[in-house]
Amino acid sequence: MSEIPALDVDALLGDENKHVIACCGSGGVGKTTTAAALALRAAEVHGRRTVVLTIDPARRLAQSLGVESLDNAPKAVTAARGGSLDAMMLDMKRTFDEVVASHTTPERAAEIFANPFYQAVSSTFSGTQEYMAMEKLGQLRATGEWDLIVLDTPPSRSALDFLDAPARLARLLDGRVIRLLSASTPGARRSMLSLMGASAAVFTRVFNKVLGGHLLTDVAEFTASLEDTFGGFRKRAEATFRALQDDQTSFLVIAAPEPAAVGEAVYFTRRLTEERMPLDGMILNRLTPVAADLTAERALGAAASLEEDDADDPVAAVLRTHADLARRRAAEERVAARYAAACPEVPQRWLPALGVEVVDLDDLRAFGAVAAGA
Amino acid sequence: MTASAFPVPRLHIVTGKGGTGKTSVAAALALALAGTGRRVLLVEVEGRQGIAPLFEAPSLGYEERHLAAGLDGGEVFGQSVDADEALLDYLTMFYRLGSAGKVLQKFGAIDFATTIAPGLRDILLTGKLKEAVSRSESGRMTYDAVVLDAPPTGRVVKFLNVTVESGRLAKTGPIGKHSRSVARMLHSSLTAVHVVTTPGAMPVQETVDAYKELMAADLPVGRLVLNKVAGAKAVEVGAEAIRAGLERAGLNPDDALVSGLVEEYAAARTEIESVDAYRDRLEQLGRPVEELPLLPEGVDLSGLYQLAGELRPGVMGERRHV
Repeated sequence: MSEIPALDVDALLGDENKHVIACCGSGGVGKTTTAAALALRAAEVHGRRTVVLTIDPARRLAQSLGVESLDNAPKAVTAARGGSLDAMMLDMKRTFDEVVASHTTPERAAEIFANPFYQAVSSTFSGTQEYMAMEKLGQLRATGEWDLIVLDTPPSRSALDFLDAPARLARLLDGRVIRLLSASTPGARRSMLSLMGASAAVFTRVFNKVLGGHLLTDVAEFTASLEDTFGGFRKRAEATFRALQDDQTSFLVIAAPEPAAVGEAVYFTRRLTEERMPLDGMILNRLTPVAADLTAERALGAAASLEEDDADDPVAAVLRTHADLARRRAAEERVAARYAAACPEVPQRWLPALGVEVVDLDDLRAFGAVAAGA
Repeated sequence: MTASAFPVPRLHIVTGKGGTGKTSVAAALALALAGTGRRVLLVEVEGRQGIAPLFEAPSLGYEERHLAAGLDGGEVFGQSVDADEALLDYLTMFYRLGSAGKVLQKFGAIDFATTIAPGLRDILLTGKLKEAVSRSESGRMTYDAVVLDAPPTGRVVKFLNVTVESGRLAKTGPIGKHSRSVARMLHSSLTAVHVVTTPGAMPVQETVDAYKELMAADLPVGRLVLNKVAGAKAVEVGAEAIRAGLERAGLNPDDALVSGLVEEYAAARTEIESVDAYRDRLEQLGRPVEELPLLPEGVDLSGLYQLAGELRPGVMGERRHV
């Protein structure tokens, strides 16, 4: 990968003009680990007041960061050596509740919390987690308590969901279908209905039957309460989204050397470019580590010649193990090369799989050092 | 096969932590199940298009399409089920919407309905599976088996637990009735939920957790698949033996090469030994454990057939067993 620009991790972490680093990628590529390791390094090595916002860390990693309890507020990671690192795990329901509570009277908030549709949207809607991650990011930024916020993104099916879900939630809560429903509740203008004519009638009739009439009423009531409490979700979601476009933010695409993960990374990179989001690099995790410099072919040839004399030659087993590793690594590099072919201008950093699973701060520290090439 | 009180599973649901290779395992299982004269449908539900590239085929759509020949001359069909289209399908079937359906779609109403009622999405998707499992043509089942590349372990119980999730939806009318019949099938011995893992602490722990969750939800757990097991012989060998061996084989045994090989083999040994511990942990759950090799070059079409060959004895055993 000679002509591919290299990602300088330390330069990024130490850049005082960067206040947000968002780690994005599909599930299973090591996003949470990467985010936590970068945050730890930013605090310890670069002395920045850092907070890492994780979404759903594995239990042992959560324990070592001290965030296994869901209190939805950053807590100091006391085991960090020097610097200042805080960590928190997102509680999306609570974040949503806080948003509602801070924009309305306690009575109105209680009404909204009791609405069954609110309960459904705040706990199960597939875009809520993404939206609330952005919301929390906005809140953390507004406090000015941290120099750097490192964001782990939700484990959605696609990295694109992180960008699309908030808009989808806004559309849902602020869209024409909602207005149509509001229009069909008593006391509203009739014009919306006549606009859609027969289709609206079919819509209301069919959906009442399929979803249950109470659900549509809940939705209409819920959006009406939201409308007059804080002027529509769409505006809020758009503002949060725009905040990600400024150059104080840095996106990192995280991938693993598998076709699906690299494909996701390419799509995501294109979207970031289209949306003018500041993308600073791609980190490829989990490459098979190869320590000996010997081609798979020569290793296999040597193993075969040893086995001619002794079918159980132990050195032949060692050489075959190496040949397997070398072939795995070569196949992974072919897959990874697709990213460079599609996005040649994006700086990259390739990282070998660590032999152990990253479970404590020492492991994170080691991961961060490898990532920075230190 | 004669009718039996305990039928062989015909709906195979394959889940696993992200990165464990559940899509490849689902595809290999479909090939393994497609024995002589048998027809198998391989389905994905989240629009990921993970299946098509494995078979070097164009993207899958809502229409079922022939995908590949099975392991012994059966046939595998592929389908990507989308909730919005399934709802339209469903509405057209029960309400004779005609062109009004298209208008609803244009106004985003379909998207809206599946969005405000997340449970509805899962009912529609699992409903399509049930339809494929139960469909028959001129007196015989259209598909002998249906294999689903399911959502990952973290979300699969919610996905399959449609009756609970549909609590908020209309209890009367066709959707309520429909969801109850889907739930009956998912909780019956017609269904088997297979969990895929790799030999690693986190994926194995997630598999154990998923197993408990599935059991608690009264969903039938099928096989546990330990995937990507590196095959290497465990031998006792030190740096001096390696140096001598390289010389015998005509390679230049410089220090860097010898220490590199020592390091690699030590790591591989640890991995081989840890596989036994992970296998034990899985076997303690009391379900059959299948083991699949790590393919050094990644899983391509020929690799899929190789994995299918590994899975076949288990699949055949299951058929004989009944």
